Amino acid sequence: MSEKIEDLEIQLLLEALFQRYHYDFRHYARASIKRRLIQARDQLGFASISALQDRVLHDPAMLPRLLDYLTVQVSEMFRDPTYFRALREKVLPHLRTYPSLKVWIAGSSAGEELYSLAILFREEGLYDRTLFYATDINPEALRAAEAGAYPIDRIRKFTENHQKSGGRSSLSDYYTAAYGRAVFDKTLRDRVVFSDHSLVTDAVFAEMHLISCRNVMIYFDRALQDRAIGLFRDSLARKGFLGLGSKESLRFSAHATGFSDFVPEEKIYQRREL
Amino acid sequence: MSRRPIKAVAIGASAGAVQALQAILPRLPVGYPLPVVVVVHVPSDRSNVLLPLFQAKCRITVKEAEDKEPVVGGVIYFAPSDYHVLIEADGAFALSSDEAVNYSRPSIDVLFESAADAYGPGLVGVILTGANHDGAAGLKAIVDAGGMAIVENPVGAYASAMPEAAIEASSAATIMNLDAIASYLSSLGTA
Repeated sequence: MSEKIEDLEIQLLLEALFQRYHYDFRHYARASIKRRLIQARDQLGFASISALQDRVLHDPAMLPRLLDYLTVQVSEMFRDPTYFRALREKVLPHLRTYPSLKVWIAGSSAGEELYSLAILFREEGLYDRTLFYATDINPEALRAAEAGAYPIDRIRKFTENHQKSGGRSSLSDYYTAAYGRAVFDKTLRDRVVFSDHSLVTDAVFAEMHLISCRNVMIYFDRALQDRAIGLFRDSLARKGFLGLGSKESLRFSAHATGFSDFVPEEKIYQRREL
Repeated sequence: MSRRPIKAVAIGASAGAVQALQAILPRLPVGYPLPVVVVVHVPSDRSNVLLPLFQAKCRITVKEAEDKEPVVGGVIYFAPSDYHVLIEADGAFALSSDEAVNYSRPSIDVLFESAADAYGPGLVGVILTGANHDGAAGLKAIVDAGGMAIVENPVGAYASAMPEAAIEASSAATIMNLDAIASYLSSLGTA
């Protein structure tokens, strides 16, 4: 059956990517990966997944193009405004008591979440004592995050979300519009470290007070989710905070007891000392 | 209609969905053996309205699909707003916040295509009323995998575009009115 051949081809391509380039998608949720690979195959003009695999094995220039399909994560600034409102009203009052702060945006993709948090911290007067780490496995995504430029037609939604999140300023204070793009103020990233980091293969690199990792772990299988959540727990300072996507939960995780609910309806957890 | 081992039902609906689903879901009997997975296009701020509405009217459990949750019989699962719902080969849900497909998230195509992969000939796909083309490619994937395709009769549907697109994509689809769809799906519980 052709369906089954396709599944085999996908298995082989993921193995090839790992062996050749050490990008490990083998424990990603398969149904989404399959959809993206079929999209990549069709849009990049290959007759089969195997043909795509052959090309990416022999032509490293193909890798970033394929990664763009495999790592696509669509976000918007202040997505789920009630999450940011909860951070503002419930989490930041705790963080305020620290002389210096570290915030990790894991799987930062094109940076929408990073700029949202940077603006939130600036509005609350915490930006200057905070160091942000924005990490992703896709170098193109990191470059986009560092550039901080978004199509201007997305700004309306961003602005609406920012207001709903309890924004104390106007979003337009933070960007300049030019040539159909909104470019975010570079002072929003002068305390940001952009770095290549994989939740699949890499380890703890600093002690964090807040980790925001939303709509990333839904793409992992259970084993990989457990690895990532264990990594987050080990990275968090005592009583540090973890924010997940609105449909993600620690309930099924092996590390569930390592966290307590802090704002359950917004999936904000606090590291629990065992 | 041939009797085959049916394992799951997937339903997609858009404009007019609430009324159409009200004609079907409350008729599923207690002890219904199959999982029923439903994607409805609704504005994200209205999503929470569907669950209590159908929980009050249905005789079997109604809940929102959760990431990594095993798909089990006797439960009606709704896609959460603003997330695609996929079914993995191991029979668990996977959510995704990938870009909208057919301007929709959740998208019917995304559910149907992954469910066709997971269940093959054991899947019944149902396209109801709607004013767009989502679900047509997904229904074709279900037919190609050997599953069964049912489409609400566009004549009499609140919005005919979605059923018409589905029929055009899958000539093998069986066209029925809502009452017949409800009877057929209910009968799957009494093999």
